[in-house]
Amino acid sequence: MQHPIVQLQDVTRVYTLGKNKIYALNGVSLSIKKGDFVTIMGSSGSGKSTLLNMIGCLDLPTSGKVKVNNVDLSKLDDDGLTAIRRNNIGFIFQQFNLIPTLTALENVEIPMIFNGASTEKRRKKALEVLKKADLPLEFADHKPNEMSGGQQQRVAIARALANDPPILLADEPTGNLDTKTGHNIMELLKELNGAGTTVIVVTHDPKLEDYSHTTISLQDGEVLE
Amino acid sequence: MKVKFPDVLKNNMYAELAKRNLKRQSVRTILAAIGIIIGVIAISSMGILGNSLKLSITDSFADIGDKLVVSPAPGEDSITDKQIDQMQKIGKIESIIPVASSGELVEYRNGGNTVQSFVAVYNIKRDDLEKLVELEEGRYFKPGSTDCVVGSSVASNLELSPGQKIEIDDSKLRVVGILKERGFGFDINTDSGVFTSSEMYDKLYPDADEGYDQAIVIVKDIDEIDAVSDEIEERLNKKDEMVTVFATNLITESLDDVFRAISLFLMGIGSISLLVAAVSILNVMLMSTMERTKEIGIMKAVGASRKDILKIFMLEALFLGVIASTAGAILTIGGSYLVMLLLVRDSSYLFTFSSMFYIIEGFFFGIATSLVGGMYPAWKASRMKPLDALRYE
Repeated sequence: MQHPIVQLQDVTRVYTLGKNKIYALNGVSLSIKKGDFVTIMGSSGSGKSTLLNMIGCLDLPTSGKVKVNNVDLSKLDDDGLTAIRRNNIGFIFQQFNLIPTLTALENVEIPMIFNGASTEKRRKKALEVLKKADLPLEFADHKPNEMSGGQQQRVAIARALANDPPILLADEPTGNLDTKTGHNIMELLKELNGAGTTVIVVTHDPKLEDYSHTTISLQDGEVLE
Repeated sequence: MKVKFPDVLKNNMYAELAKRNLKRQSVRTILAAIGIIIGVIAISSMGILGNSLKLSITDSFADIGDKLVVSPAPGEDSITDKQIDQMQKIGKIESIIPVASSGELVEYRNGGNTVQSFVAVYNIKRDDLEKLVELEEGRYFKPGSTDCVVGSSVASNLELSPGQKIEIDDSKLRVVGILKERGFGFDINTDSGVFTSSEMYDKLYPDADEGYDQAIVIVKDIDEIDAVSDEIEERLNKKDEMVTVFATNLITESLDDVFRAISLFLMGIGSISLLVAAVSILNVMLMSTMERTKEIGIMKAVGASRKDILKIFMLEALFLGVIASTAGAILTIGGSYLVMLLLVRDSSYLFTFSSMFYIIEGFFFGIATSLVGGMYPAWKASRMKPLDALRYE
């Protein structure tokens, strides 16, 4: 049997605020199959972003075990986590998070630079994924502030795809977009999922559930069955 | 951490990122650059100042110290012919020039006026004089004649030219030649000397002692100068102290030491301004890392390792350093050229190897300063936790 691409075992994440301990995640166990389209639902403060950060190797659990692509994250240092992130995970953020000094094309090239790809290979691949993300090519040399929100999110998706990661993580990908553009972006994610990429979307918007196969609901740091 | 240069050049996006980040905050970049520029100018112009000072002073000396001056020891009257003969037997000696001299007030009549000047009158063989100094115009004196040649400062003080006459103790000497300027010598000062034949000298000073006032020993190889000096002492000062031997290179050596100390001191002052520049770069880069915290978070999220972040920030510091140091070096060359031209009317000291060396030194100090200033902010940026950085607004 194939191992799950993401696996959490009894994961707890505690933040200390002054004297108070806040359980952002409290004994969460779940596994996500390869090729699944998962929506993690929950209201603000439910711990859904913390969960996403765990899967994205940006944060480590206080206790419990997180495995991405069958690698136990707790054994890795900063650079080890970076390597996992670079090769396995594409991030899509609510605020797009493009680098303002770089053009659309260059923003997409960034993850490949850190992966050590050659200039020609980078350029070719960047154009390829920009096309996949449906960004009109005339925007390739535009800086982020010269593009609409929808276009910026397409660049961000192209960037997430640059290193061919098996997992796409999206944190409220439609949160800063109008309904129609949001719909288009979700359709794009669905399309990418159809091509084999595991997609995990974190949102509080129940409408996004319609695009996914699996929904995980979180409340107060615990998974609702 | 290892930054391989070819790698950096290949992935020229790092360089591109660094360049654009410097451009993004152009005013701040320029201000930081000015700090380095001032530092580089200060350190290299101080070095050049010290160096030019040294060159201008050593240039005014006649020789680089390949001579020994043998003079009578205290209590002795003169160097004798016998002593000269003894010295002659030592190998490694190119030639020995015996010299006798007397101080004199000379007069020269120019129209109705009488011009007076103190000079040294030398009794020296014509051939030996030729070894020490060249003629500016005219010819050397003939043996047995009443001719004389005069040094350059005597000629200019008394406004002499060949063919004119000077008067010493009621004897008239005809000036037949004027010597080239030689500078201050540790052997004899030809510039303020009057040279005549020994017959004429004896006529002028019939009461002078037998022998010579000093003997100038020219060695074949400058590296042998100490050995020759020791041997002269050994041969002539066997029983009693008869002569003192003075090596002219001692002077130039200690002058070198003094000027090295002066240059170092001046550059020390200059380097204070580089220290200030380093602090300002530290400040600028720290602000820039703070501002770009979120960007660093993004880059880490999409796969930048600590090394990558370190590289980007260090490259920024490197670019800043190279650009500012280049500007500083160019301004130093231009500025020193102008200052020297205006003040000394001679820029030749600037374009010597030793002056250029100080500019190169300033250039590299500038780059090093920038890198040192950029190190901590780069390190700090590379250590940021991606999650905290992403959340930073």
